Parts: sequence; C-alpha cells; structure tokens
Amino acid sequence: MLYELKKLINNLKFNDMLWSVAWRNIWRSKVRSLVILSALAIGIFAGVLTWAVYEGMAIQRVNSAIKTEASHIQLHHKKYMENPDVKYFISNSNNIREQIDSMAGVKAVTVRVIVNAMIASAETGSGVQIVGIVPEDERQVTNLYEKIVEGAYFDGTRRNPIVIGKKIAEKLNVNVRSKVVLTMQQMDGEITRAQFKVAGIYKIANSVYEEMTVFVKNTDLTSLIGMDNTSGHEIAVLLEDDRTCNDIKDKLSARYNNLDVKSWKEIMPEVSLVEESIDISMYLILGIILFALLFGIINTMLMAVLERVKELGMLMAVGMNKIRVFTMIMLETVFLAITGCIIGIILGYLFTVLLMKTGIDLSTWSEAYERLGYDTVIYPVPDVLIAVKVTIMVFLTGLIAAIYPAIKALKLKPAEALRTDI
Amino acid sequence: MKVIDIKNLTKIYNDSEYKVNALNGIDLSFEEGEFAAVVGPSGSGKTTLLNIIGGLDQPSDGEVIIDHTNIKELKSSKLIDFRLRNIGFVFQAYNLIPVLTARENVEFIMHLQGRPKAEREKRVKDLLAAVGLSDRIDSRPAKLSGGQQQRVAVARALASKPKFILADEPTANLDSKSAENLLDIMEKLNKEEKTTFIFSTHDARVVKKARRVITIEDGRVVSDEVRK
Repeated sequence: MLYELKKLINNLKFNDMLWSVAWRNIWRSKVRSLVILSALAIGIFAGVLTWAVYEGMAIQRVNSAIKTEASHIQLHHKKYMENPDVKYFISNSNNIREQIDSMAGVKAVTVRVIVNAMIASAETGSGVQIVGIVPEDERQVTNLYEKIVEGAYFDGTRRNPIVIGKKIAEKLNVNVRSKVVLTMQQMDGEITRAQFKVAGIYKIANSVYEEMTVFVKNTDLTSLIGMDNTSGHEIAVLLEDDRTCNDIKDKLSARYNNLDVKSWKEIMPEVSLVEESIDISMYLILGIILFALLFGIINTMLMAVLERVKELGMLMAVGMNKIRVFTMIMLETVFLAITGCIIGIILGYLFTVLLMKTGIDLSTWSEAYERLGYDTVIYPVPDVLIAVKVTIMVFLTGLIAAIYPAIKALKLKPAEALRTDI
Repeated sequence: MKVIDIKNLTKIYNDSEYKVNALNGIDLSFEEGEFAAVVGPSGSGKTTLLNIIGGLDQPSDGEVIIDHTNIKELKSSKLIDFRLRNIGFVFQAYNLIPVLTARENVEFIMHLQGRPKAEREKRVKDLLAAVGLSDRIDSRPAKLSGGQQQRVAVARALASKPKFILADEPTANLDSKSAENLLDIMEKLNKEEKTTFIFSTHDARVVKKARRVITIEDGRVVSDEVRK
C-alpha cells in the first residue's frame, strides 16, 4: 500500500513530462487528429449555439411574461384564482398597494380590476378579459405603453378609451378611434353594456394574450360594474430583482394571510417550465452529440495505440509503469477532446455574439411562435455557465472514450510488443 | 562482484502445434564491468535469454538473480520499477520516442526515476557529449541518422545508472562506420562508468570488441570464452 502510494506521488512529479509527451503525441498524425478535432468542434459549436438560442428564447419569453403580462407577484382574493368572478375583489386594495409600494425590493405596484366580457364591433364579436388599470400606475409596472403600435396609450381620447391587441383589432376589423361595445356582468348580477373608443392598439410576442386582453381605465370599469373604485381584483407587484421574488412573496403571504399571493412562476407555470426544461433538453441534445463523438474518439485513440505497439512496449520495457502508460493515453484523449471543445466553444461564442446583434429571424414560422408567446426574432444569449457545462461534459466524454484504448495499451506485453513490426 | 546469476534457465514456448525449447538449462553469471557478447545463429535463443534477464519474459524454469534479487519473485509492478532502476536497454531498432528530442529522450528515464532537475540536466549533457551528440541535443529522432539514434539510445540506457545494459543486436541496422563508432563509445562508457554491457549479436565487429564471448546453440551454452 505504502509502495503504491509512493509510486503515485512519484507519478505526479513526473506529470509535467507526461503531459508534454501526451500533447505531442496527438500531433503525430495531424490529419487524423484534425478530423476528430473538427468533428468535436462542430458538434460542440452546434450544441453551444443551440443552447444559447434556446436560452435567448427563454429569457425573452420570461421577460415578456413579467414585463408585459404578469409582473413578479400578484395578490388576489383567496377564491379568485379558482373562480375569477367580479365579486371576489380585494377591498381597500389602494391602501394595500401603498403599503407594498413602501417595502424594500419593490419597484412598483398597481391595482387592476378584471372583468370577463364580450367585445363587439359593427362586424363581429369575441370573448375578452377587460383589465381596468390606472394608466400612470400601470406604466410603472408593465411596459404595455411601449407596445402601442397604433394610436396612443389612453392619451387623447376623452371618454371611455380602450386599448386593444392587434390580433383582436384585426379580428373585429377595427382601427384607432373605432367604437366597440363591451358587454359584462355587474356586481349585482345584472348585464350591462357600454361603448368604448379605441385609443390605442398594442402588439406583443404573445398573440393569444393579445387576442384575449383589452385595457380600459379603472374608474370607467368600476363605475360600470358598480364596484367602489378603491378596490380591485388584482394587485400586481414589480420587483427590483427577480431573485428576491420568493423572499418577498413569502413576506407578502405572511402579511396578507387573507389574500392569495402568487409569484409569476405559479401564475404562468408554462413559462417557468420553458426556463427549466431548457437545461434538460440541452443535456439531451448534447448527450446525443457527444455519444456519437464518443465512438469517433475511441476509434481514433485505438488507432493511435495500435500503431504504436512497439513504442509502448519499449516504454514498458525501460520502466514506464502501468499507471503512467494509462495516464498518458488518457491524457492524449482528454487533450484531444478539450482542444476540440475549446475550438467549438470559441466558434459557438463568436457566432452567438454575432447573432446576438443581428438576431435570428423566425418570421417564416412566426404564427406558431407567436401563439406560444415567443418573439419572432430570437436573440441568443451567450452564457459562461453553458461553456463550463459543455466543457465538463466533453471532458467526461473524453475520459470515458479513453478507457478502452488505455486498457488495450496496458494489456501489451513488452517482449511481444517489441517484436511487432509496427 | 557478481551482478547477474543465472541458474538452470529454461524456456519452452508452447504453441498449439509445436513445442519449442528456446533455452535448455542455461547457467551463467556476469561480473560488474563486463563487456560480453552472446552470439549464435538465428533462433539459438539469444534474444530469449536477454528478454528473461531483462525481466521482459518469464522463464519456464530456473532463476535469474540480479544483485541478490530473484526477479521471478517480483510482482509485475515491482518488476517494472526494478527494470527502471537496475537495467538499461538498447534495442536493434533504436526505439526512441519520436516526439521527444535527443535531450528529452535521455532525460525521460531520469524523469521516470524522479531524479532532481539539476542532476538530470547535467547527466544528459555529459552523456550526449560522451556519445558525440552535443550539437544535436535538440534534434528529434527523425532528424538523426541511424547511428546517431543508436548513440542516443545508448545514452538513454546509461542515464538511469543501471547495474547493466542489455543490447539486443545494437549494430544490426548500422553501417560499418557507425557500428564501429558506436562500439567504441560503448567500450569507453563501459570503462568510465563501470557499467556491465551484455550484447546479443552475430556481428563480427561486436564479437571482436567483446572481452567475453558466450556462444549459444539450440538454447545451450556451447562455449564461454573470456579474453584479455
């Protein structure tokens, strides 16, 4: 045991020379090494780029979901999420808004009144969700005002202004200044209707949201349904930093235990699923790429071992022990894998940076992507962590690939190996 | 002082069809500082004898005792280490590491032995000077002639300060001049370093230089002549 330990320590001392020999050995057959390096580099490049594209898509989707749709945290009446009925409102929501607004880590808070309704133009009708907002407050929380493509964000229209999505505008065939009629249920159960004038049309990545959601002034809506204008159905909270989301959510839950407090991940589980599933799908894709490359590396290294039988025999004869022979072959394989990996990562990174500026235009398939809530132009996001993860995976692949050729080398008998003609 | 003691060494190769008695009960011993040639026709058992003395092959019977150690009793990993510390090898086909320079090839063994850097550097310089290659220390084997490569191989074999050097047909691939030159160098180093040299050969030039000539035929020692 002590002998083995001493030997291992001695091996470590020798490592500098072994590393250098292993590195030079790779370049003995330049063409062969370059072929396998190219295969590795292209595989890694494709993996890194795809990962960055997916990462970009997820970040865009999450940002859009937070900034335009849900914000970070929402508070509702305990029963509202199960049954979004107008009667499940939060009373004194304006006071609560002010309390939350003064909390550390909170950027802005807004109160919304939400009513399901029918919207109708002269031509046709459709079901929508009317969100009654305080435009100045909403501006602090969501970026709806930036998404106006026609008309203006509530400005300019005097009475009953409404902001609707591009999709529903097309469906109803209405323009800015067109009139639409909203039909909804009042607090007392009676049906009421009112005419609104289109002040602005917004366009966002999520076409389903665009088709389903219209915005009116909070005061217009409360007076229509007979609700007092200090209450609301939803309090939306925007935070300084998404990372504090869970902490602040917990604080709010404790403080307002009569209300239902949810983070955006709970409100839109499909969005958080996208974020979480990217890593899993990328591990799968890269796993498949690396699995294919594994055989390429094994083949290359096996050839490298078999054409050096005589030399390996000589090394063992003159006193290079098995640990060192094994380490040398392992190092050669790992060097090969890591070199290919570095080239692939650099290429992938450069392409990602390039595409980050130009974006990848998916407008050919825009319909499908928009319905899923994605922008049609994807901006990949380079991530150091991705490079680290890929490097570790390639390193492990290299190690696994090295084992068989290295064992093959160990099985050589010096006297026989020295007699071979290779 | 006795460096190698060989007792009743027998080697039988058992092929599926043939049974070949490569060595038939050889008894030999070598003293420190010998310059000995093992000669005999092809297939007489010279290489087998050297391989077994060098611990590269196992005898079917008998034993090899090197400096009080019966190498048959060493486990594989200890045997490799034993070779590293006690035996130097020179091969017919030079067998240098192609990716290393002359200097690095010689230094490699000392690296394996874990010798300190200063010692390594000095010995490499001295040995390459002794074999007349001071001006080629940074050349890789491919840039050296056969004779030069074999001189590097001799320097490499000596670098580890072994008890003896086994050289299997070291001049077989060399022209007369290179062979002559190599033999002179080995003879000089044998005297200066007091390292025992054992050759297997059927090269008359080597036989002429040897101070002891052991002739083997059919795996048996048929003559053992010590010259002055």
